[in-house]
Amino acid sequence: MTTSDLPPYPPIDPTTFDLIIIGTGLPASLISASSSAAGKSVLHLDPNPFYGSHFSSLSVPDLTSFLNSHSAPHSDENLTLTTRPLFSDVEISNFSPELLDQHSRKFNIDLSGPRVLFCADKSIDLMLKSGANQYVEFKSVDASFVGDGDGRLWSVPDSRAAIFKDKTLGLMEKNQLMRFFKLVQGHLSENENNESENGAKISAEDLESPFVEFLSKMKLPPKIKLIVLYAIAMADYDQENTEIHKGLLKTKDGIDRLALYNASVGRFPNALGALINPIYGQGELPQAFCRRAAVKGCLFVLRMPVISLLKDEDSGSYKGVRLASGQDIFSEKLVLDPSFTVPWPLSSSPCEQMHDTFQVLSLGDDKVKVARGICITKRSLKPDLLNCLVVFPPRSLFPEQVTSIRVLQLSSNLAVCPSGMFVLYFSALCDEINQGKKLLHAALNALLKLLVSGNSENSSTFQSVDTEHGEPTLLWSALYIQGLTKGGQIASVSSTPMPDGSLNYNDLLDATEKLFQNMYPNEEFFRETTEPENSEDDGGLTLET
Amino acid sequence: MHGRPRKPSKPEDAAASAAKAQKLRVLQSQFLHNHQNKIFTKEAVELSAKLLEINPESYTAWNYRKLAVEHYLTLSNSNPESHNSIFDEELRVAESALRQNFKSYGAWHHRKWVFSKGHSSINHELRLLDKFQKADSRNFHAWNHRRFVAALMNISEEDELKYTEDMICNNFSNYSAWHNRSVLLSNLLKKKANGFLLKVKVLPEYEFVHQALFTDPDDQSGWFYHRWLLDQTVKVDSPLLASSWPAHGSDVMLLGDSCPSSPFTNFHSDSGTFPLILYFNQAVEGVNSSTVLVNYELNTIKDLIWKPLSANKSQTAQVWVTQLNFNGVEPKAYSVEVSLGHSQGIISSSGFHYNHPSRFAFRVCVQLVEKGPAKGLGGDVILWRDENFHIYDAHSVESSSVISPDQLSIQNDHETTAFEWRTEAIAKEIDHFRELLSLINCKIGKLTLARLLMAHDTMTCQSPNKTFHLEEVLELYNDLMKLDPSHVQYYKDEHSLVLLQQVTSSKESLLRHCFHYRNLTSSHIGNPICVRLNNLLLSRVGSFDKLLWVQMLDLSHNELQSIEGLEAMQLLSCLNLSNNVLSSFTALEPLRSLKSLKVLNISHNEIGTHSIDTTRHLCSSPLSHSAGSEWNTGEIVNTDIDVKSYWEAYFILKDLNLTQLDIVGNAISGEKFKSLLIKVLPALKWLDGEQLH
Repeated sequence: MTTSDLPPYPPIDPTTFDLIIIGTGLPASLISASSSAAGKSVLHLDPNPFYGSHFSSLSVPDLTSFLNSHSAPHSDENLTLTTRPLFSDVEISNFSPELLDQHSRKFNIDLSGPRVLFCADKSIDLMLKSGANQYVEFKSVDASFVGDGDGRLWSVPDSRAAIFKDKTLGLMEKNQLMRFFKLVQGHLSENENNESENGAKISAEDLESPFVEFLSKMKLPPKIKLIVLYAIAMADYDQENTEIHKGLLKTKDGIDRLALYNASVGRFPNALGALINPIYGQGELPQAFCRRAAVKGCLFVLRMPVISLLKDEDSGSYKGVRLASGQDIFSEKLVLDPSFTVPWPLSSSPCEQMHDTFQVLSLGDDKVKVARGICITKRSLKPDLLNCLVVFPPRSLFPEQVTSIRVLQLSSNLAVCPSGMFVLYFSALCDEINQGKKLLHAALNALLKLLVSGNSENSSTFQSVDTEHGEPTLLWSALYIQGLTKGGQIASVSSTPMPDGSLNYNDLLDATEKLFQNMYPNEEFFRETTEPENSEDDGGLTLET
Repeated sequence: MHGRPRKPSKPEDAAASAAKAQKLRVLQSQFLHNHQNKIFTKEAVELSAKLLEINPESYTAWNYRKLAVEHYLTLSNSNPESHNSIFDEELRVAESALRQNFKSYGAWHHRKWVFSKGHSSINHELRLLDKFQKADSRNFHAWNHRRFVAALMNISEEDELKYTEDMICNNFSNYSAWHNRSVLLSNLLKKKANGFLLKVKVLPEYEFVHQALFTDPDDQSGWFYHRWLLDQTVKVDSPLLASSWPAHGSDVMLLGDSCPSSPFTNFHSDSGTFPLILYFNQAVEGVNSSTVLVNYELNTIKDLIWKPLSANKSQTAQVWVTQLNFNGVEPKAYSVEVSLGHSQGIISSSGFHYNHPSRFAFRVCVQLVEKGPAKGLGGDVILWRDENFHIYDAHSVESSSVISPDQLSIQNDHETTAFEWRTEAIAKEIDHFRELLSLINCKIGKLTLARLLMAHDTMTCQSPNKTFHLEEVLELYNDLMKLDPSHVQYYKDEHSLVLLQQVTSSKESLLRHCFHYRNLTSSHIGNPICVRLNNLLLSRVGSFDKLLWVQMLDLSHNELQSIEGLEAMQLLSCLNLSNNVLSSFTALEPLRSLKSLKVLNISHNEIGTHSIDTTRHLCSSPLSHSAGSEWNTGEIVNTDIDVKSYWEAYFILKDLNLTQLDIVGNAISGEKFKSLLIKVLPALKWLDGEQLH
């Protein structure tokens, strides 16, 4: 669609649409695909030459320039549609420029990492429902671990087979953990049957209690509690710190998360565990939904900046956009990328008002930010594994660490980097920038410790050999703080949310669905496709093993 | 594949299956026509393939194809290429049949048949098997075929072990994979190749199976494997002598009763003969006068006839007996020495030789025959009343000569060192399962712990620091009876055997069950000791190796359904089995071997409710082959005894020489039966407490 032969700003015809979408992030792409499927005429624009916006996967130079350009405030003063920097404190270090230059185009690095999908995720269901699954292939994440401050990794026994195979748990711990899983399964199946004869159900009182207390009540040893809370239920905040009253999981939420995990293990027979990753990076997902939208008639124009919003002179309400090409396009509704701020009402009024509307339209969780980091390495965290997830629970790296740090290592078999290299993503929630930096640096140190020690049981011997070669293990790193926006809506203009701090997209999907429902209360978010176009592959998911 | 509920069939399914049946019927009749007329044209063979694709269970069609293959092989004049294409076609047909039904016996067999014909393109086979085992990892046909293919391809046991390990890691709830592991390890152990010793191969397996047992104790597949491991650990390959009668260092008093001697060894014999009993730790064959040397006064007794005591008439038995004859010898004390294991010949049923040379010796005191009325038991009626039994006081009389039950068994110290690591392994297991049971209530865990404890006791019984866990085991079986009522009979049986082991474990405990029988009218000083094991809720009897010396035994008021193994107690002359639940005469078959038995009480049982012993798999009847040689058909036809109605009673009783029988209170009764008894048992003096003329 965007080859260099084309003139930079081709004229668009028709000039009136039901909906104009600016930015091709995942939520925008979902709205695009869903609206198109519902029969709306949609124009989908993106100022970037690639799909995905803040959700895309990029080469090293593209990623660097995207981070840099989105961390500085824009100076274009005469635009009524202004952007705001959602990234800050970008620190990029290149330890091996030659090697990276040589391979720079072989990388597909996620802006929104670390991200994985649970096999039973809503996003997977949506892909199957919409037919977007035919454009994406997946691979399993081989294993997940809990890391401690001493540079050790404990594997996460997340299924019956994994508990069986686990080498770090004692026999009694295996028994306790499996019995806990069975209790949860029993509770869930009781819920399904709506019969409570067996008494396997967890009491209502327990369900309302904090999950961490329930785990203690079940007499799970501390190590298993840690695994369940942070590596299976993926709790963000310290569950045992009573001073911060944030992100405390209730038992029923914890059970729901275990249920998601449990349903994910074994959903697809050729998936190894609960987690899968798209080949070529997370950026494939918005692209897949955009392709679905295109199939349903949505018009896509990339590299098309929007200069200003057009307003109806009488009512002062939105009526269209002026493109960088100078063309005016009209639509009933508008969906904006989170980096845009909109003056409201649409007038060239003073700046303070703009500031107010910014708050209204992209109401972030005002304070909370995500600290993200990316490393390109020559070695795997675990010598025998390619793709794996590592969770550093709260307080595992330093005493004031109140949030989980999650690390995802991906290898060349997911086509995100050249062979022989690995990409490590890590992230943690933080309240302010210094805290975020501290988390990132602690995580980076912990990872380097793992990488250098080789993390094998007989680590010391490997270490010396490798240092003799003089090759740096860490080739490149980027640390940055990303703001969070939740998305919002004022009249006919909506703003989509930024990538959140979760591993999967469940919360984002819920927010997106809500946006869509507000825009089109009478339409179903992704109508079931009854077309036989993908009937032959049984609606399954392409999983490479 | 497993645990999926069947869906009820819909009406359209019924229509489809009717159409299929119609199609099948046409094919079937055409096929049978071809088969009967030996038509092997291309079309005819293809028709059979079509039939098999729809119905892979058609054995006739598979056999027809085998004939067709033979037919074409002879036509093709040993051209290897055309041979191969014929076989490839068979493999293809079998494979597509298996796709239809991957548990088709006929199709799997057909594949095997093709390879047994020497078809060499077997390399594809493992890939095919992988596919089938992925579809259903517990498909035992595929596992069977895998063993066949692995053997044909000479795949090493180690490689196959790795494969089972992978399968188990995927899902450890896989009986077939665990089973295959035990088969492969057994093969390795048999070979003992590359220093493959039990210790290095079996012990790591405990660690492996623990992961399954502790992760999910409710899954049974691992427990079965654990039991196999335990058997491997406890198993003693070469047979050993467990005990004998007479025991080492004992005195046998022969003829006459005036000599005060130990009641444990005192033995009366009218004929001057007494039995020599060898009790092995497992069934053996090859016991004869050349493999067992019996010397007395420096002479070897030749031509001893050794008889196996076994329920079936095989030549393999755990207990062997011969009769030593001291008739007409000069009255004095003779020392007798028995030695075995010096030459090969005694072989266990699993093929191991008795290879620990061992000997034991005892003295036989022959005394002058006192002429006069035959004394000893059987002269007077024996009344099994409590007041006639007096607790045997070891400290009053004869105490010095009482032989402790420990000495009644042969000392086998040569094996104790080899047991050390095994004992250690079992002790570790015991600790693990005690810990597990402290946390959860698990039936199979309790059963396993009980077995482990018993194994531990057995292995340490020879060592100086022996420990007994019998109390704990009894407690476990008591628990299990409550927890698992559907298997209560098994637990009862095990409980009974353990209880008897406890009774016979020490001199003190056994003496508590030893009584003197004293009738009001007589006071036999020399009367043998009666071992009373009544009122113990026994459902089975065991520990015979410790009870070989017993001549008078009271097993009344128990819950016995069977007396299997009692044949070992060759010295028994008085036996009380009253008030049990024996339900047939055939259950009494062990009595047929007890040549000294004079007094038998089987009153108040359920004899007659069943014609055969329902607790045993094999029992003799006029119709069974095992008993065929024993039955003289002429005898049945010609006697005036009503054998036909009471064949099972006749079969048991005809070889007995009873003087006293109590049989009242059973299902079988009546004048007709009574007259049979009197005819079959000519020596009978007392029947149900009434003196016969």
